[in-house]
Amino acid sequence: MKCDMCDNEATVFLTQIVDGKMTQVNLCDKCSKEKGVTDPTGFQLADFLLGNAAQKKTRQSTAEDDTLACPECGFTRAHLKKIGRMGCPECYLTFGDDMDNMLRAMHKGTRHVGKVPGRQVSLPVPSPKAERPAPAAATASAAPTPPPAPAPVSPKKKLADLKAAIDLAVMEERYEDAARLRDEVKAIESKA
Amino acid sequence: MRFTTLLKNPADWMQGRGPHSDIVMTSRIRLARNLRGWSFPGWSSERQRVDLMNEVRPVVAGLPEMKDGFNEEYPNLTKTKKQVLVERHLVSREHAARSTGCAILIDRRQSLAIMVNEEDHFRMQGIRAGLDLRTAYELVNRVDSELENFLPYAYDSRLGYLTACPTNVGTGMRASAMLHLPALVLTEQIKQVMNAVSKIGLAVRGLYGEGTEALGNLFQVSNQHTLGETESELISRIEGVAEHIVQAENNAREKLLHESPTMLRDQVGRAYATLRFAHILNSKEALTQLSLLRLGADLDLVTECDRGLLDALLLEIQPAHLQLAAQRELSPEERDTRRAEITRQLLKSVPEPLNVSLDSAENAPPPESDDE
Repeated sequence: MKCDMCDNEATVFLTQIVDGKMTQVNLCDKCSKEKGVTDPTGFQLADFLLGNAAQKKTRQSTAEDDTLACPECGFTRAHLKKIGRMGCPECYLTFGDDMDNMLRAMHKGTRHVGKVPGRQVSLPVPSPKAERPAPAAATASAAPTPPPAPAPVSPKKKLADLKAAIDLAVMEERYEDAARLRDEVKAIESKA
Repeated sequence: MRFTTLLKNPADWMQGRGPHSDIVMTSRIRLARNLRGWSFPGWSSERQRVDLMNEVRPVVAGLPEMKDGFNEEYPNLTKTKKQVLVERHLVSREHAARSTGCAILIDRRQSLAIMVNEEDHFRMQGIRAGLDLRTAYELVNRVDSELENFLPYAYDSRLGYLTACPTNVGTGMRASAMLHLPALVLTEQIKQVMNAVSKIGLAVRGLYGEGTEALGNLFQVSNQHTLGETESELISRIEGVAEHIVQAENNAREKLLHESPTMLRDQVGRAYATLRFAHILNSKEALTQLSLLRLGADLDLVTECDRGLLDALLLEIQPAHLQLAAQRELSPEERDTRRAEITRQLLKSVPEPLNVSLDSAENAPPPESDDE
């Protein structure tokens, strides 16, 4: 039997049950090591099969990467681990993924419900659902019948819309949507 | 305002008589705030800290609340002066240890203090006498809302106010009540009470905050969580708990009066004697004995004893206050002698505790005070 990743002879056969479905993967010795199959915590067959194993892997490695630094102030994850404090307000975005568990352990909740500064009170006007551009844009390329191309929007406008959509998602407690939108914002900002 | 003027004006909260002020010494609200676009003080260069300080100091000083207040940067304050502010709870120990790029602004009445470049860019505090967290919050909240008109705060719609330490994120608020609990200590119930308090997510600390000993039977109860609850909820919780503890302390006092009156009188009498006649008095002993004398005054075992006088004494005998009065550094031995001297002087005006003979009825006025 051949390896699912390359043409070498498969020596590792892995069976996993994901969402009630049994799936099997066959890998050669080299690929199994590369994919971390021997390390049960570091390997998710589902991700592998869904084609985002590589992506997940890199994300995991960044999660352990102490050199991840805040673009604003240069504070690194190593610093955060060492002193338990942030370098600047922007760090909360940079190390956002690390923070959630930390905050959950420290506080009553993970969402601020207290005072809102006056100048931030102007909540975004909830845009009608059809106009919410972010999710549609994300799936557009994969969809068999792409929707009519939207009129070109300036990156600035798009960012503003995305941020409004985040606020709306947070207000409606759709945190997964909010997280995805946040990632989009990050992607746009890093390109800019 | 000059430093000496600041200290001459007795603070509102040292004089005022708030709710439960026999047991709750002070209520304090601290808010942590930071500015967008600047690194937190712990991660910024000296240059950045100085720049930030120079930018915000005039803004803070321009607030109506800060009119005629005290406003100084740390390089211009001696170690002793900074320590005096710590002893008055206007400045944190951590902040006092810093220098360049740090400043402190205090209002005329010493009920508002704003530290610049502590762990966060701003640590602002409102202080009130007694159990009065809401008024303390109103004080500092007003200043906070005014400042936000001029300064761009680091705020996130999900996480709230962003702070250097994630333990403060959200409201950035720490509400605390300083409680005097001698009867709970004497009846050995204090551990139980404190365990219960920490179980419901509140912190119990000593006189000068984190990691300090509970000297003089003084305990601080404050919230640990800052995220996921509103300011009002947090305050209500602390107030509720503080009221419970006050109740427990009152019950313990009743219990002492009825079940061990002799032991109680003995403790108060010894405290009076020590304070009134000692010539060497270290901080710890002074605080312990003052606490017992205050208990005696609260229970009318010592009559005509002004509690305000005892509270003022509590400050005056602290190391930095002694050194400021002496206008020089004092060795620990010198401090102990001076502390004893000041205490003896002040207590001259306090009559000795009531003498109750074994046969007389409880609480009855003494037949004749014997001279000894």
